[in-house]
Amino acid sequence: MSDFNHRVCPATGLRIHKSAENLIKANAFVSIVFLAVGGLFGLLVALTRWPGVHLLPADWFYLALTAHGLDVLLVWIIFFEIAVMYFASAVLLNSRLATPRWAWAGFVLMIIGAATTNVAVLQGNSSVMFTSYVPMQAAPHFYLGLILFAVGALIGCFVFFGTLVVAKDEKTYKGSIPLVTFGAMVAAIIAVFTIASGAIVLIPTFLWSLGLIGNIDSLMYRTVWWAMGHSSQQINVAAHVSIWYMVAAVVLGARPLSEKVSRGAFLLYILFLQLASAHHLLADPGLSSEWKIFNTSYAMYLAVLGSMIHGMTVPGSIEAAQRARGFTSGLFGWLRNAPWGNPAFSAMFISLVTFGFLGGISGVVMGVEQINLIIHNTIYVPGHFHATVVLGTTLAFMAATYLLIPLIFQRELIMKKVAMWQPYLFGIGVTGISVFMMGAGTLGVPRRHWDISGADSMFKFDFPGAAYLMMGLNGMFAILATLGGIMFVVVVVGSLLFGKRTGDKPLEGLTMTTVAEFGDAEHPKIPGTIVLVGVFFVSFILYYFVNWKYLAEVWPLR
Amino acid sequence: MAISPPPQRIWWNLPVARSEIIWVIVAFTWGLVMFSAMVYWHMEGEQNLSNEAYRITPEAFAEKTNAMVEQYQVREESGIPVVHPPPGSDVYLIARLWQWWPIIEFEKGQSYRLHLSSMDWLHGFSLQPVNINLEIHPGYDMVITVTPSESGEFGVICNEFCGIGHHNMIGKIYVTE
Repeated sequence: MSDFNHRVCPATGLRIHKSAENLIKANAFVSIVFLAVGGLFGLLVALTRWPGVHLLPADWFYLALTAHGLDVLLVWIIFFEIAVMYFASAVLLNSRLATPRWAWAGFVLMIIGAATTNVAVLQGNSSVMFTSYVPMQAAPHFYLGLILFAVGALIGCFVFFGTLVVAKDEKTYKGSIPLVTFGAMVAAIIAVFTIASGAIVLIPTFLWSLGLIGNIDSLMYRTVWWAMGHSSQQINVAAHVSIWYMVAAVVLGARPLSEKVSRGAFLLYILFLQLASAHHLLADPGLSSEWKIFNTSYAMYLAVLGSMIHGMTVPGSIEAAQRARGFTSGLFGWLRNAPWGNPAFSAMFISLVTFGFLGGISGVVMGVEQINLIIHNTIYVPGHFHATVVLGTTLAFMAATYLLIPLIFQRELIMKKVAMWQPYLFGIGVTGISVFMMGAGTLGVPRRHWDISGADSMFKFDFPGAAYLMMGLNGMFAILATLGGIMFVVVVVGSLLFGKRTGDKPLEGLTMTTVAEFGDAEHPKIPGTIVLVGVFFVSFILYYFVNWKYLAEVWPLR
Repeated sequence: MAISPPPQRIWWNLPVARSEIIWVIVAFTWGLVMFSAMVYWHMEGEQNLSNEAYRITPEAFAEKTNAMVEQYQVREESGIPVVHPPPGSDVYLIARLWQWWPIIEFEKGQSYRLHLSSMDWLHGFSLQPVNINLEIHPGYDMVITVTPSESGEFGVICNEFCGIGHHNMIGKIYVTE
């Protein structure tokens, strides 16, 4: 039964079991393969939407856009999250992984599912977009692949829960589970809700595509589909916030300012995030305004509150750690002297700042029931979610990968200079993508659209020159982001193949010892973080009211 | 550290720093403000969806639209009828692969009950450059009471992906003085 085949990590002293280690490696590696494939589809999409380039013909564009959404938003992220869950349970709790055989079965199902859906898309008759809204129909194996993938991911969640039980039972740790494991548990709980919603909507749709069910209501589909679609983004938030805490701990030895506050903030995610399906239905018929207001605000913004709390406690814990090590000059001496050359840290910090300022603020604003009228289905929407999912989640997962390579794969990074610049290049590229898509969206440019010039259309509508300019800039920044993505894949795969084995040497650049105890007699204050949070809050308020003003200029509607 | 169990076994009784407590209160209050703003706009604001909608079959909706076109057609553009219905009336706009039908002419400052529905797949009603965006479903008759506040020629773009001709689905609305 139990697997005593383990090694002791020289950096942390944790027992790392072979079975968990192999599963983390396999899931992380496959995730990066899909990141590379999906990212390149994204480049093709951006180059087609660059009016001066207009690379792909229409049918290939819609195919590439479907594949891009599936491979990066779903496959890359979920595979990596499985790796994070196994790491946060088995490794951080010093435990063996529960039922590695089931974990492998889930892994294989996920690969078969992802491959099946990709084949369906590449065959060309399933360009229905990631959302696959009915009554537009894809080939049956498009839905079947998604279902298999989801079943595999569900198995992964239960292996994670099982590992928590095993670790507690075998007393591999003392007291409560670590904050990062707690965050991963929150992600896994939301994942179960998400996958259940996915099953409710995709299984009937699969049967419908086979001709066994006559009709699927389009509004019902969108309501339940987004119970899966938006909740899966909340899995990402819980996972990448956990990784922020993890990187701050491993690189700087940071401690959470308060376990109570940080865990409370995670708990708000479980309680309120799954209401967010409503964000996507604000411009749909047949739902009441009361329903829309309550749900789109996650019950009075209580889940937003959770993210705003993490937005202070993560940089606050970093500031406290840095001040405890003697970087006490001025307001921002701690930040200036942060390890900006360590890609794990820089990727994590860029993820934190851009997720809050770009993704968080725009997300709340477009989720206002009425303001959504001027944003729904414009390219503002992908502008927003590239800030949350690419800058927030993907960049945080890149940061985690830079830690997994020495800790789990036991290799040194190759091409350290390339690795050092990678988060900056990728971060700037994706920031440009987000900002310019949001800008074009405020001018009404539609998302998922091959040609805004309407060249082949009976009637034309002329978008302003600024819209064309911003779509061009979006393409240019997509090239930067792609370069950053290629650097990441080259460094990671190169390090796995050719990196020096670290063996039992202590690892450079990792602190691994607690340096700050917030709350003791000599604890450092966090004035720099308070200023940063203040700037964030003022930006939030200004942008929020500016958009109400935009809305007020639109034709009156009742 | 965040990657190890809390050092104090009873961590939930430890005091919380004042800066954290203040931020939680500020953020929570801001949430209440944002929540109230949506309710307030329903009472005082001019841009709200009534969410008035009815179940309807595509055939029934097409029939109503045809009746309106027969009654109020004023001319034709590229084979698409242009209608000029009287202010206050029920106006119908069909979304279908890949066309908005018919072309509507409104009068500035007058209100109309605009009905929107799809004959086939999902479509997105995106009135440009005004920038009003709505999701159009088959089987649902979505009613909005709209009051054009500027005159001119406006584009109706489809912004919900509806297949290979999606980008050619552009319609028109005129607003006369």
